[in-house]
Amino acid sequence: MEKNLSAIGRLLLPLLIIGGLSGCGNIEPWVKPYERDRLADPIMALDSDPVSSAYLQHVYEAREGARGGEGAAGGGCGCN
Amino acid sequence: MTVLRGLLYASLLAAFGSAHAGVLPEDRADILYHLYDGGGVEIDGPSILVRKQVGKSLSFVANHYVDMVSSASIDVITTASPYTEERKQWSLGMDYLRGDTTMRIGYTSSDESDYDAETVNFSVSQDMFGALTTLTLSYALGDDIVRKSGDDTFEKFLDKQVYGVGLTQILTKNLIATLNFETMTDEGFLNNPYRTVRYLNASDVSGRGYSYEEELYPNTRTSNALGIRARYFLPYRAAIEGEYRYFTDTWDIDSHTASLSYVHPWGDFTFTGKFRYHDQTGAHFYSDLFPRAEATNFRGRDKELSELTSYTVKLKAAYTFLNEDQSWGFLKKGSVTASIDVLHVDYHEFSDLRELALIGEEPLYELDADIFQVFFSFWY
Repeated sequence: MEKNLSAIGRLLLPLLIIGGLSGCGNIEPWVKPYERDRLADPIMALDSDPVSSAYLQHVYEAREGARGGEGAAGGGCGCN
Repeated sequence: MTVLRGLLYASLLAAFGSAHAGVLPEDRADILYHLYDGGGVEIDGPSILVRKQVGKSLSFVANHYVDMVSSASIDVITTASPYTEERKQWSLGMDYLRGDTTMRIGYTSSDESDYDAETVNFSVSQDMFGALTTLTLSYALGDDIVRKSGDDTFEKFLDKQVYGVGLTQILTKNLIATLNFETMTDEGFLNNPYRTVRYLNASDVSGRGYSYEEELYPNTRTSNALGIRARYFLPYRAAIEGEYRYFTDTWDIDSHTASLSYVHPWGDFTFTGKFRYHDQTGAHFYSDLFPRAEATNFRGRDKELSELTSYTVKLKAAYTFLNEDQSWGFLKKGSVTASIDVLHVDYHEFSDLRELALIGEEPLYELDADIFQVFFSFWY
């Protein structure tokens, strides 16, 4: 029974988060679309070169004991 | 079951998509050459990525990546023989945009002579509050097969799952930040089948006072990582970025990783400098020298599981040789980028056994590596 409740909870949680936040859709954006020219500048891109950042992420995962928290990456090892 | 649950999330979350327009990633191709050179290991190869939008709501991406490895690392020198091998990786992905919701699905396959990995991943992103906020939920499932050269009967399995939640937030006209949390679970064969641990043995025939035996890792590992990143637009058109990640796992590895980057455009050039710092504790079953054979239930001497500190300095320069005023046919923009990352690792509990010294008093190992990348990028 507890397992079922836990599974239901795991299903409902993201729905509640998204649903709850969607319900706040009429919040006035405090940075208007026409004020985002600086944020749209290529130097402000959070991941300007995905092919390069994925490679470096792979290198760090092979050389260090930590992983994740930065985005998705592929499989394999090639790390000895 | 877990996959079904994940698919259910994706389909249910899609229902929340509204009529506002999100944005698909730009059509773009990258051709990259990478070279890692350090600690007796040389790994190089290409990575080619192509992304193309089809219609108004679909974008496809494909990546081919190769590692050509030539290894005479300290592990290899002290306990095995130098080797060469090749790893090939293929990835395919699709983004589907519906209103403010983007759904992504991807598949990755990686092949080595002794290691095969397959990963499926998908995520759902929702733009909210006039696209000030983007919330992303992601899930990945990996199936790995571990083999051992020279032993055709050796075949072990490893299952991986990654659950992620990400939040990207525009904070001001000049500041954007992201928060990412990932939980990863591994279940199966987590050892390296070739690596050994050393233990004190006064009667070892070599006379060096220690012997080697196979590693033995736990069959499960669960880790949590929380990363935060913020990028700020400086008044004279430059950008500064700070990043921090905390990591912890059931093997008792805790780490702190922080970096600071600076991006400075100058005409058709863009220069980037970055400093990265990483510090971690060691796994609870790690030891540089065990007191005897089979001393503990689990044992490992993988230097990456040792207590360590690493430092990286990055320099990167990009040159835009083609922009939208002078496009070539269907190509709108083109650039070439070169970068070097200089990595230094101090291992706090991993001895350099190449040095002659009294047992247990060998100097600690240090690694220096240079990581080169050169790539051409085209937008169309």
